[in-house]
Amino acid sequence: MNKLLTIGLKDLTLALRDRAALILMFAAPLVLTLGLGLVTGRFSGQSDNNGLRDIPVVLVNQDDGRIGAELVNVFTSPDVGTLVKPISDTDPAVARKRVDDDKVAAAVIIPAGYSASIIPAANNASGVPAGDKKIEIYVNPAQPVGAGVIRSIVDEFVARVQAGRVSGLIAITLLIENGLLKPADAAAYGQDFGRRQNGPAQTIITVRRTSDAGTPPPTVDILAVLAPGMALLFLMYTVTRGGATLLAERDNGTLARMLVTPTSATQIIGGKVIGIFLTAVVQVAVLIVGSGLLFNLHWGDPIGVAALVLAVAAGATGWGMVIAAFARTTAMVGSLGAAVMLMFGVLGGSFGDNFPLPDFLLALGKITPNAWGIKGFTGLASGGVLGDVLPNIIALCVMAVALFAVSVWLFRRNGFIKQ
Amino acid sequence: MSGILEAHNIAKSYGDFKAVKGVTFGIEDGEIFSLLGPNGAGKTTTISMLSTLFAPTSGDATIGGHSVTKESMAVRRIIGVVPQDLALYEDLTGRENLSFWGQMYGLGGAALKARVSEVLEQVGLTDKGNQRIKTYSGGMKRRVNIGVGLLHKPRLLFMDEPTVGIDPQSRRAILDTVKDLNRQGMSVLYTTHYMEEAQELSHRIGIIDHGELIALGTLQELTRSIGELETLRLHVTEDADAGRLAEALRTIPGVTRVDAADHQAVLTAPDAEEALPAVVSKANEIGIKIRSIDIEEPNLEAVFLNLTGRALRD
Repeated sequence: MNKLLTIGLKDLTLALRDRAALILMFAAPLVLTLGLGLVTGRFSGQSDNNGLRDIPVVLVNQDDGRIGAELVNVFTSPDVGTLVKPISDTDPAVARKRVDDDKVAAAVIIPAGYSASIIPAANNASGVPAGDKKIEIYVNPAQPVGAGVIRSIVDEFVARVQAGRVSGLIAITLLIENGLLKPADAAAYGQDFGRRQNGPAQTIITVRRTSDAGTPPPTVDILAVLAPGMALLFLMYTVTRGGATLLAERDNGTLARMLVTPTSATQIIGGKVIGIFLTAVVQVAVLIVGSGLLFNLHWGDPIGVAALVLAVAAGATGWGMVIAAFARTTAMVGSLGAAVMLMFGVLGGSFGDNFPLPDFLLALGKITPNAWGIKGFTGLASGGVLGDVLPNIIALCVMAVALFAVSVWLFRRNGFIKQ
Repeated sequence: MSGILEAHNIAKSYGDFKAVKGVTFGIEDGEIFSLLGPNGAGKTTTISMLSTLFAPTSGDATIGGHSVTKESMAVRRIIGVVPQDLALYEDLTGRENLSFWGQMYGLGGAALKARVSEVLEQVGLTDKGNQRIKTYSGGMKRRVNIGVGLLHKPRLLFMDEPTVGIDPQSRRAILDTVKDLNRQGMSVLYTTHYMEEAQELSHRIGIIDHGELIALGTLQELTRSIGELETLRLHVTEDADAGRLAEALRTIPGVTRVDAADHQAVLTAPDAEEALPAVVSKANEIGIKIRSIDIEEPNLEAVFLNLTGRALRD
């Protein structure tokens, strides 16, 4: 174990003395996080910890019932007031044009008869089949984050309305069957039930500020998505570089020299793995502390964050070893590593999760440490704890073990170490 | 003396190419043994097999009684290796490099620290120990490269062409270090293609060519094996025809071989001094002016030439 640590610490020291590596490991992700934070408006607010505010949205309410009006109320409520900046329109075509012209992040179009399609009593009167009407969300691909927030608000509202509709139907049916309600009174009772279900106590989205109570905000800071995204993007650079050092040791003669000391090939490979892992842990830890200090970013539960850092570093290290085992030269590791870094960045969500990717590519993203790591870190930043990210940690550990086994097999197959 | 190393018919093939074709030799305790041969002769392959870097295709060797094929870890504990190319970390200091390699040999704690300081002093780099290797001159790097092989005080030190590509001063320092180490009781297997180094350092010399050990013995034994011929080297003026002189010298009785090259005529004879008057007379006879004359005693160059028909540096 001593020799494994000796090799690992030597590699960590060498990594921290490589100026080019330092730039790509630490400076680049912080600078890119800063840049993306500026683009998303994270740094434009005076007191908001949340980077998103005043998301422009156009509302078209063609519904003459109560539910359409309730949705409009949600967007204009004080709770969501700082998050969105709604404007009203009557023409869906005009609203869509605003989106196309990049004036707003999304248009929310509530169709005529929407309430009637939800509430059974009104449904019977108007003849609209239940659930036939749907709210249209026309999103602006140029403002993916803002559009995502609008979609979330509407989805949450619809989910609550549907839940209320179903529970109302069940309640009224049971009351009639048990003789507690006359069929003639069902419509009036249903409307009253719906009113109570959507009363003022029910809030869809709450925006809280740190200064309100000195507690971390329950909503996700946009930087809590961007910072891990960038950290994990450049983590792939670090592990690839670590893998390349194995081939560099071969080229520089230091591997041969190690092999004539009383050190086994397994110890050498193990030491290199530890070196890559330690470097990865240091990189992510520095980026977490650095982004916390520089951008006032709250990463969440420290134990959960620490566990996830270790797991992410392990998963990424597995990929670094596989790339090193697969490549024949250090130059090949460099090229392959750059390609993998970008590919994993896109598939794993380092650049945001609104890429228009086909489903199978989205599913493929699960093989990346980026996907599991970003989701985990975002969850912790939203108030999650270690238990919430255990599935991510387990997935990353399984990834690490599987990839290490693959790399050992590849090293044996290509005769990297001639013993 | 007892043998620290016994190599028995060790061979290495890469496909159809036979890099080493069954080499047998031994090294006594406290001996400096040189493997002398041109580039590509199989010296590095032989040393790589003996140092357990890779296994021989056939044959075996024992070092300190341990088989290099079956007890590689035991062998590695008693050997030190100084590779031909530098095998150091440029971004670590000299002291950090030595410390790392010391730990690879199982040293640790205060013993390691003390040994690193000793080795730095031994290679004359105490004052440069905290500088990164990349700031060192080529000769200084070579000295650290040697120091790594000495950290665990090995019984047998393998040195693979340690003086290639360095300045004469550093070369001198390295040769002196080898002699010092030997005086302290360390056995050395030294490979080189420099005849002078083998002659100066070695108790015994093995001459290797095309993967075969073609001669083995002390310097005296080897030179005696070719009849102890001496070499007379005649330097002529630039406008003189060395070839015509060589042609004329062939008629002198007792001269066994004459060659001409680069304004020189080189002849071999059992007694060069005895042949000298006739040589000068012949040169005067054909009107060629001799600028200087060197008489060389039998050497390894002549042995190699005699055995292979080629010069050592060809």
